[in-house]
Amino acid sequence: MQVGLISLLDGLVYGMLLFMLASGLTLILSMMGVLNFAHASIYMLGAYFAYQIDQWVGFWPALVIAPVLCGAIGAAIEVWGLRRVHHNGHIAELLFTFGLVFIIGRGVQMTWGMLPMPYRVPASLDFPLFTLYGENFPAYRGFMLLVSAGMLLATWLLLKKTRIGLIIQASLTHPGMVSALGHDVPLVFTTVFAGGSFLAGLAGVIAGNYLTTESAMADAMGPIVFVVVIFGGLGSLAGCFIASILMGMVQTFSVVIDYSFADVVKPLGVTIASNDLLGEILTIPVSRIGPLVPYALLILILVLRPRGLMGTRET
Amino acid sequence: MSDVTQVPEARVLPAPRSAASTIRYWPWFAALLISAVLPWLFYDWQHARHAGFVVSVLSQTGMMIIFALSFNMLMGQAGLLSFCHSVLFGLAGYSTVHFLNAAGAGELPVPMELVPLLAGLAGLGFAIVFGYVATKQRSTAFAMITLGIVQLVTTAATMFHHFFGGEGGIQTDRMIGRSLFGLEYAHSIEVYYLIVAWMMIAAIGMYFHTNTPLGRMANACRDNHERAQFVGYDPRMVRFVQFALSGFYAGIAGGLFAITYEIVTFDAVAAPLAANALLMAYIGGATTFFGPVLGAILITLMQSGVSLMSNSWLVYVGVLFIAMVTFAPAGLTGIVLEHAPIARAGLLRRLVLPYARGLLPGLIVLLGFVGMVELLSFLTIGQAQGKRFVLFGSTIDVHGVMPWLISLVFLVGGGVWLRREAIAFKRVWDGLTDIARQGDAPMGESG
Repeated sequence: MQVGLISLLDGLVYGMLLFMLASGLTLILSMMGVLNFAHASIYMLGAYFAYQIDQWVGFWPALVIAPVLCGAIGAAIEVWGLRRVHHNGHIAELLFTFGLVFIIGRGVQMTWGMLPMPYRVPASLDFPLFTLYGENFPAYRGFMLLVSAGMLLATWLLLKKTRIGLIIQASLTHPGMVSALGHDVPLVFTTVFAGGSFLAGLAGVIAGNYLTTESAMADAMGPIVFVVVIFGGLGSLAGCFIASILMGMVQTFSVVIDYSFADVVKPLGVTIASNDLLGEILTIPVSRIGPLVPYALLILILVLRPRGLMGTRET
Repeated sequence: MSDVTQVPEARVLPAPRSAASTIRYWPWFAALLISAVLPWLFYDWQHARHAGFVVSVLSQTGMMIIFALSFNMLMGQAGLLSFCHSVLFGLAGYSTVHFLNAAGAGELPVPMELVPLLAGLAGLGFAIVFGYVATKQRSTAFAMITLGIVQLVTTAATMFHHFFGGEGGIQTDRMIGRSLFGLEYAHSIEVYYLIVAWMMIAAIGMYFHTNTPLGRMANACRDNHERAQFVGYDPRMVRFVQFALSGFYAGIAGGLFAITYEIVTFDAVAAPLAANALLMAYIGGATTFFGPVLGAILITLMQSGVSLMSNSWLVYVGVLFIAMVTFAPAGLTGIVLEHAPIARAGLLRRLVLPYARGLLPGLIVLLGFVGMVELLSFLTIGQAQGKRFVLFGSTIDVHGVMPWLISLVFLVGGGVWLRREAIAFKRVWDGLTDIARQGDAPMGESG
C-alpha cells in the first residue's frame, strides 16, 4: 500500500511533466501539421540553460529566464526556419526539425561536454515535504506538481477564456477563415510555436534536476512524448492529458510490479517455461520490461482504435 | 492538416516503356561493371591481397543502396515516411543469423547464395505484421506509429535473450559450407560479390516495380488518396502491399548485413539506422529512382571518412540536411535535373562562370564554419578525450584568440560574399530559364 501511494504521486509528477511537453507538441502538430522532432531537444536546452543560469544567478531567475529563452528559440525556428521551407510541404518542415535534432544534440555536447551536468535541486526546496508510511516525499516533487498544474491551468484559461485563445482555437480548424477575418495567422503560428517551446523549456528546467541533465535526455524523452500525443489522439488536448497521466502512472508502476504474466496464470494451474522467445516474454517480470510497456500500449490502442484515445480525426 | 508526407512535385521517373534496347539500359550495365571493377582498383598487388577497408566500405555501400532504395519505395513512391524501416532490416538480419546457424548445424539445406532471399522473405513476413498496424493510417499518424514500432522493437531487442541475444546481440559463422558455385565465403571479397549480385537483383526488381500497376497506384495514393479511392482502389491496401514489398527488399539488405558482419545487435533495428535511410533518400533525391543510390553512396562514404576524422560529424549532417531541405527539396538529383531545360537550350556554358565565382566564397564559408565547429568541439569533447587539434602538421591552441577570430572572419566575410554571388547567380539563372522556356514553347504561341 505504501508503495502504491508514493508511486501514485510520482506517477502524477511524471505525467504532468509529460503533459507539459506533449501539450505543446500536440498544439503545434494539429495547428501547423508539423511533427516537431526538435521539441524534446528544446526541453533538453531548457535544462542546460537552467543549469547555466543557476550557476550564474541562481535557480529562481533560471525558472523564468530559461523557458523564455527556449520560447525565443522556438519563435526563431518558426520565423527563420519553418516559414522558409513551408512552401516545400509538410514533409520538408518535419525534416527541417529532424535536422535540428542533430545540431542541437551535438551542439549541446560541444558546449557543455559529454558528462552529465551537476544541476541540483535548490537548497530552499531540498527537504522532505511529508512522510508517508516511513517514506519521504521530497518538497521538490511537490513544487514540480505545483508548477506544472499552474501552467496547465494558465494554458487552459488562455485557450478557453481569452480572445487570443479563441483565435488560436479557430486557427486550429479553420486557418483560411481566420485569415479572411483579418487575423494574422502566421503570427498565431509563431505564438503557438513559441508557447510550445516555452512549455518544453519549463519542463526541462524543473525536470533537469529531478532526472539528470545530460545530452541523452532528449532521446530518452522524445519517443515517450510522441507516444503520448498519438495515444491521446491528434488534435485533442483532453486526450493528451489523460494519456500523459496514464503513461506517467504506467512508467512508475511498472518499475515496482514484480509479477509476470506467468505468475498471474499460475493459480489457474498453467505453468509456462521460459525456453523460447514467447515463454521469455510471458515469464519476465513487468519491472524488467517497464520501458517497453508504453510502446506496447500504443500498438494495442492503434489496433483497437486507430484514431487514438480521444482523437477527432484520422490523421 | 494536409498530406504531411507528400513530396512536392514528386515524380518517381517511370521506367522506359519502349522495347528493351541495350542503350536504354546502359546505366545498369555501367553500375554492374563499376561495382565489379572497383575493388580491384585498390588491390594491393605487392602483397596480393585486397584492401580490407575499401572492400568493407564498398560492401556497406552495396547493402545501403538496397536499403535506401527500399526506403524510397515508401517515401518517394508512396509518400509514406517510415521510421521503422530499420526494424524490417534488423529483424531480417536477426533471422538470417538464425538461418545461418541452422544451416551451419546442417538443419537448413540452403546454399549461401539463396540466404538473402530467405532474409527477404523474413523481412516480408515482419513487414506484413507491422504493416498491418502502421498502414491503417497515412501521413503524420503513419510516421508516428512507425516511431512507436521502432522504439518497441529496439527496447525488446535489448531485453530478450531468446532470438535477440539481449544487449550483446547474436553471432554466427557464414562459412556454412554450402554454395551453388563452390565458394567458401571466407574472404570479404566473395561476400562483396554476393552483395553486388543481390544489389543488382533487388535494384532491378524495385525499378520494374515502379512500372507495375501497384507502383503506379502507390503514386496515385501519394498524390491524391481520395481520388484513388473514388476510382475504386483501396488506398489502405495499396499502402499495405507497398509496405510489405519494401520490407522484402529491406530484408535482403538486412540479410546481407548479417552475412557480412556475422553479428547482429540491437543497433541494426534502432532508429538511427532508419534516420540514415531517410538522409540517404532525401539528400540523394527522393523524387527520382536513382536518387537514393547516389545518397547511399555519398552518406556511406562520408560516414566512413568524415566520422573517423571529426567528432562533430552529426552537426555537419544536420546542417547539410537543413540546407537541402531549405534550398533543394528535390535532393542532389533534383539539382542536376533542374539544369535539364537549360542544357537542352544549349546554354549550360553560360553557367560556368557564375558557378566558378561562387566557388571561392563557398569554400571560405565552409572553412570558417568547419573551423568554428571543430574549435568548439575540441574545447569540450576533444579535451575530455585527450585529443589535440592538429591542422597541417601544427597543433592549434583552441584557447587562443587567433583561430577563433580567423574562423569567424572567414564565416562572416565569406557569408556576405557568397550572398552577393548567389544573388548574381540567381539573376543569370532566371534569365537562362526564361530563354530556355521560350525556346521550349510552341512556335505559334508568340504570333
